[in-house]
Amino acid sequence: MGNHISLLLVVLPLMAAPLVAISPRGRTPWAIACIVAAVCAFLAATQLWMVVNHGTISYELGGWAPPWGIEYRIDAVNAFVALIVASIAALTLPYALLSAEQEIPADKIPLFYSALLLCLTGLLGMTQTGDIFNIFVFLEISSLASYALISLGKQRQALTSAYQYLIMGTIGATFYLIGVGLIYSQTGSLNMQDLEAILPGVVHLRTVETGFAFIMIGVALKLALFPLHLWLPNAYTYAPSVVTVFLAATATKVAVYVLLRMLGTVFPEGFAQITPADELLMVAGIAGILIASVYAIYQKNVKRLLAYSSVAQVGYMALGIGLASATGVTAALVHLFNHALMKGALFMAIGAIIYRLGACHMEQIQGLGRMMPWTFGAIVIGGLSLVGVPGTAGFISKWYLVTAALEQQAWISVGVILAGSLLAVVYVGKLIEALYFKPTTDNGRQVTEAPLLLLVPTWALVIANIYFGLNTELTVGIAQQAVAILSGVMP
Amino acid sequence: MDIFIGHYNYWIVIILMMVGLYAVISRGNLIKKVIGLNIFQVSVFFLYISLGAVDGGAAPIVTEGVETYSNPLPHVLILTAIVVGVATTALALALVIRIKESYGTIEEDKIHQMDHSL
Repeated sequence: MGNHISLLLVVLPLMAAPLVAISPRGRTPWAIACIVAAVCAFLAATQLWMVVNHGTISYELGGWAPPWGIEYRIDAVNAFVALIVASIAALTLPYALLSAEQEIPADKIPLFYSALLLCLTGLLGMTQTGDIFNIFVFLEISSLASYALISLGKQRQALTSAYQYLIMGTIGATFYLIGVGLIYSQTGSLNMQDLEAILPGVVHLRTVETGFAFIMIGVALKLALFPLHLWLPNAYTYAPSVVTVFLAATATKVAVYVLLRMLGTVFPEGFAQITPADELLMVAGIAGILIASVYAIYQKNVKRLLAYSSVAQVGYMALGIGLASATGVTAALVHLFNHALMKGALFMAIGAIIYRLGACHMEQIQGLGRMMPWTFGAIVIGGLSLVGVPGTAGFISKWYLVTAALEQQAWISVGVILAGSLLAVVYVGKLIEALYFKPTTDNGRQVTEAPLLLLVPTWALVIANIYFGLNTELTVGIAQQAVAILSGVMP
Repeated sequence: MDIFIGHYNYWIVIILMMVGLYAVISRGNLIKKVIGLNIFQVSVFFLYISLGAVDGGAAPIVTEGVETYSNPLPHVLILTAIVVGVATTALALALVIRIKESYGTIEEDKIHQMDHSL
């Protein structure tokens, strides 16, 4: 049983998806999806425990030995990311019930949960597999599911933003595919472990460099790295609340993982330093932090504001990776985890507002802070975490990021990280000001607190934000272990 | 000359790739964008099939008297990518139909005018 966990994590949601699609309307699809997500979270936690205590797990699919067969290879890096994805899913699905009932037509609900499970399959698959072509397949499974999920949004802009995401996402995935082909043409292997051994011998070839460039651009499109982020704000804004929560907290994180895996395991040590990849990541990260944060300040729609802030946060991760030091990569991994917590909590709280008000424009939520104290309390704490106030998870990741930048005396990066936090103070402050200090637009209006089923998952994430801000043993400990595995790569 | 004639299949790949990407970027019609995306994807199929070819190699089926075979792996890989491409195209066309239903047009600039986004 223990050995099959890695495969079960992928097969379970995959098998459940058609079951959910054919199950009767009502709450059955939701119940099945909930159970599957909870089991996946439990399995992912067990898997992480096993990897940390007993070392790397290698699972040969169909009994074909690698490098010929597909191998699922689980070490601290992917077990960590898989746990993030699975536990966010386990929290999002209980939340989904009421929110989805309100935003999605009843006859589409079984299909909605089915697509959500397929998206989960793809994301978990990307984390489990040790085969670079397999990543492409799972990438497309999760992407196709998320295009469909985004298009379910109530406004008609959901359709155009899903279409736009489809075009850009497909170009990104195809670029990745071209890269994989070029690498395969020089090495004859697709297995990551195998490539790690072969690539140093052929690394000087132009084909390998070209393949590397294609893979980087493809992955960068998927993780919405700054100049390639154009699909993200619309997609997050117009998707149904649940979908925004799920995608914001998982999809870009998994893409960051793939980027780390490529730089860390597949391509040889120092390769990113020979090519301009590191500098480009840093420049894109810095530009993303500054420009996306400024954009966020001017947004009138709260969801859009948070979407731009997501682009900025991806910038922090890229900056951490671009610093190419052990501390930098640790910071990126810790931020990956913490950002999933804070954006999950914030988008869940926004979803609760949308559940009550039907919209989330600044003017509409003005002055409602006292009427929905728990929901807005969650926004405040999530916002503080986004800024990086001590005592919240956001502080820990920024702390490590600044430490990493100081280590290399990268003064510009230090300045940018601090400036980014100040910009975050502005846009979070604007949000809090609107909630508490402005009068309501419509005087007699009374709004009741969001239902418990929406509040409990939100607050679970809020409390996690505080917990992981105070107790860093788990996150930083595992991130450091993960970096030890990836390093070699990043000295 | 050899670099052109000897690698003609790769030149076809590059040309198709550029044609496809150009169509995606420059066309305002949503269906034409999908067609461009398709051409772009097909060029990658050609790339993989070219990679698998071996000079004088036969189809990778074991038969008497054949010594050299083409590499079957890229062909198998690209079979998966073709399926992905079909799924993407189907989803894109379905979205275009829904867009046409709610906007009444599939021209990007008109949609843009209608809701000042995209």
